[in-house]
Amino acid sequence: MPPALEVEHLTKRFGDRVAVDDVSFEVAAGEVFGFLGPNGAGKTTTVRMLGTLLSPTSGSAVVAGLPLAPANGVEIRQRIAVMPEAPGLYLRLTVNENLEFFAGLYRIREPGRIPAALEAVGLESRADDLCGNLSKGLRQRVGLARALLNDPAVLFLDEPTSGLDPVATREVHGLIDGLRERGVTVFLTTHRLDEAERLCDRVAILNTTLRTIGRTEELRDRMFRKRLLVTTRAPLPDAASLLDGLPGVTGWKANGSSTYEIAVTDTQLAAPAVARALVGAGADILSLGEARHSLEDVYLGLISEDVEANRR
Amino acid sequence: MSLERIRAVVRKELRDFRRNRFLVATMAVLPLIFLISPTLTLLRIPSDSQASVVAHAVRASSLLLFVVPAVIPPIMAAYSVIGERDQGTLEPFLTTPIQSAELLLAKATAVFLPSVLVAYGIYFTFALVIRFGAAPAVSAAVWHAPQMLAQLVFTPLIATWAIWVGIAMSVRARDVRVAQQLATLASLPTIGVTTLLTLRVITPSVKLAVALAIGLLVIDFRAWRFVAKLFDRERLITGRPAQPS
Repeated sequence: MPPALEVEHLTKRFGDRVAVDDVSFEVAAGEVFGFLGPNGAGKTTTVRMLGTLLSPTSGSAVVAGLPLAPANGVEIRQRIAVMPEAPGLYLRLTVNENLEFFAGLYRIREPGRIPAALEAVGLESRADDLCGNLSKGLRQRVGLARALLNDPAVLFLDEPTSGLDPVATREVHGLIDGLRERGVTVFLTTHRLDEAERLCDRVAILNTTLRTIGRTEELRDRMFRKRLLVTTRAPLPDAASLLDGLPGVTGWKANGSSTYEIAVTDTQLAAPAVARALVGAGADILSLGEARHSLEDVYLGLISEDVEANRR
Repeated sequence: MSLERIRAVVRKELRDFRRNRFLVATMAVLPLIFLISPTLTLLRIPSDSQASVVAHAVRASSLLLFVVPAVIPPIMAAYSVIGERDQGTLEPFLTTPIQSAELLLAKATAVFLPSVLVAYGIYFTFALVIRFGAAPAVSAAVWHAPQMLAQLVFTPLIATWAIWVGIAMSVRARDVRVAQQLATLASLPTIGVTTLLTLRVITPSVKLAVALAIGLLVIDFRAWRFVAKLFDRERLITGRPAQPS
């Protein structure tokens, strides 16, 4: 199956300011792809370019099978859906009237499409409510229903949980999970790292340029050495002679009085060796496990590199 | 060009107007106030007045009625595109398959319908007041077939011109208030022509009326294409014009 999105050397300048610089990536069909970055990193600009709202300064892209070009604008927009950060609903119209309007713009004639979109977001009972009377979370759901109307090949969600309370956020996450199960390709821009880690198959971190891309575990492995964290009841009398030279162990440091952070090449190889050595030395092990870096660690590592580079 | 998409936008706009009746009602307020004085003038003309006095007064009032379709739509037209941006609905709207020409035609139609309805409403209210309140000679001059035909023909043509000026401002201005202020200038050519006619600098004739009507029709059509060229999605979203790649 061809990729849902192919982006090559995409660049966007606004006057002298470079908003997006030489960005290339692919998104597979059916993938939930996270696009992360700090404010002003170029995430929304990228979505707007791929959504045909802005024209790239240079570079190319194929969106839902069509080259990104002014001549293909209408056809691309027919195949995709974009939900901006604010859902942008007509507040004096009802939920149903909002969806009817957008169904008309997509020339959707099947009468069942609007009820199906409402059902997908659990809003069947609110169809006749004025959008102005809905909570922010419900409006976000209407925005999502609208984005599902045309059964898009690629669904762009720009900060879909921005400003939502935890309950509404969890609901939106549930809906995105539902989209994944339906095989919808989702391009999710967010600066909520927990959200990306939980929802996305792969993520890209953007800070004007593309800093990294891959599965969360790959990014962790790429950026950080693997480590074991060991806590013993009492400090080890001679940790160096015990740990140095064990299979798979490349280094260690004490992290507090009786916690040790051990750098390893392979956790599968090193963990049993460390456990055996500690037990053999008569140490009481309270815990032994792999120290996990979060996506947040990866993100902060990359962004602080950029901050440092800018300072220099 | 998709009629389905145009219909969807027009229906949405009219629904929005219906929920905001105050907006449409207030469109009529200024022109109505505007017409009080000439209407009273016509109502006060005694039945034994000279025909020339009646004709002059009726012509002055009737010409004023041509200004009504020029002053009603600009505010709404100027809001039509930039207003969407202000309420945060423009971006989702522009990410649908609608084409610029369709969007503009739909927006213009949505403003045209209530504007022309209100303008005709004002005209027929004026005509009915004269019919039942003014001297028979005055009434006969107002209910004169060519005069009424001119009103029926020019009202939509003038309204369309004013709408395109308003939408052009809406597409280019960065602020709703600026767009609305500038759009009101659309009435100036109409006021200019009617003033020249009232002052007899231009002599009204059937030939002139036909020429003006054809001229306006051409201008109205060209204005649509011109405004479609002004429509720049990138500028509307970012405030900066699209730069060639």
